[in-house]
Amino acid sequence: MISLAWAAAFILLAPAIGGLIAGIDRKVTAHMQGRVGPSIFQPFYDVGKLFEKEGAMVNETQRFYVLSYFVFAVFAGAIFFAGGNLLLVIFGLTLAEIFLVLGAYSANSPYSHVGAERELIQIMAYEPMLLLTAVGMYVVTRSFDAIDIAGFPTLLVLLLPGVFLGFVYILTIKLRKSPFDISTSHHAHQEIVKGVTTEFSGPNLGFIEVAHWYEVVLMLAFVFLFFAANWILGIIAIIIVYLLELAIDNTNARVKWQLAVKSSWTIALVLGALNIAVLYLIGRA
Amino acid sequence: MAYLQKSPWIIHYDASSCNGCDIEILACLTPMYDVERFGIINTGNPKHADIFVVTGSVNEQNKYVIRNIYDQMPDPKVVVAIGICATSGGIFRECYNVAGGIDTIIPVDVYVPGCAARPESIIDGIVKALGVLEAKKAAMATGAPAKVPASAVAAEKQPAGGT
Repeated sequence: MISLAWAAAFILLAPAIGGLIAGIDRKVTAHMQGRVGPSIFQPFYDVGKLFEKEGAMVNETQRFYVLSYFVFAVFAGAIFFAGGNLLLVIFGLTLAEIFLVLGAYSANSPYSHVGAERELIQIMAYEPMLLLTAVGMYVVTRSFDAIDIAGFPTLLVLLLPGVFLGFVYILTIKLRKSPFDISTSHHAHQEIVKGVTTEFSGPNLGFIEVAHWYEVVLMLAFVFLFFAANWILGIIAIIIVYLLELAIDNTNARVKWQLAVKSSWTIALVLGALNIAVLYLIGRA
Repeated sequence: MAYLQKSPWIIHYDASSCNGCDIEILACLTPMYDVERFGIINTGNPKHADIFVVTGSVNEQNKYVIRNIYDQMPDPKVVVAIGICATSGGIFRECYNVAGGIDTIIPVDVYVPGCAARPESIIDGIVKALGVLEAKKAAMATGAPAKVPASAVAAEKQPAGGT
């Protein structure tokens, strides 16, 4: 069974939660650097400002790509919160990212193209582990549906510790954090201008920002799934994982794309695949 | 809603500055002054920026660059000239390769003189620019001409024979 109420709650509340997370992120980051930092509502001011700006576009198709990115990011999250199939969620998310890449390619700018290529490399890096996460959950619960996985009586993280660690590793890529903020970054002044978002401005950039908040909420909901049997533990896990990501973000320089791909694939193969193989060996699958 | 005032993103261009003013601008980003607490972000991308911060006088080679950056910024936008060289050309005004202050190329909204301009006065100048930004936003809403092409301004001010 799928629950439309949860999907509707996600569509309505995820921007508020995602924006607040981004605001707390900036505040904590500032404190880590010995600064005061902006208000925790700053991301909302930023997006509000972007929608007040002139809707300058490089070409007409850019808006189509941006809106498609937004729609499919929301769609993937809504399927997840409705209790739908995890594979559909992951494919929806990938499709959303591909639209962002196409939007960046549609502009005739070398910076935008470099950003798009790097975004594709990032997708290539995290996709195997994301799929292994869904496969691992299926092996344990015999279902790809988020609602069945959430309703599983034992803590999934106890049976899937390797898959969980692998997922946290690629979460750094999905949250656009150092050392894997290769295509674009939250922090200003990047060496490739602004990577994949270089050629987007005004309302288009606002839509990209809000779509990213939806993605962040969805990825943190994946973290929750590992602890779904005990929801208090799940929320504590989300907070700890996010703070860990912030600490990693502030203490690491960006790596080259080769290392990002190699290390994510190694982690996926070693931690993810080995974990699932062990499950078969001990007869839990 | 006045979100513009709460989230001014700047782009900084060093025209032909001696780096004195540039260092003071970077000082504004440090924990000591921390301009991010006002939502100010130093973005490296003109298409994301609201405030164009220029240091140094304009020379014959980079006036096209300044015009190009200005034209790429979406409206409403303001220009802040930091330091005496950017406001008038300073001691380099009479040099054969210097065109003068930033206002010989693009319309400037706020002038922050000084050699070098202190971080306090730079922040003060940016805050003044926020008022101008809001006024431009209001003018845009009433249908006033949103954009003054930089090339038009430059053409007016340029001496005969120049490009």
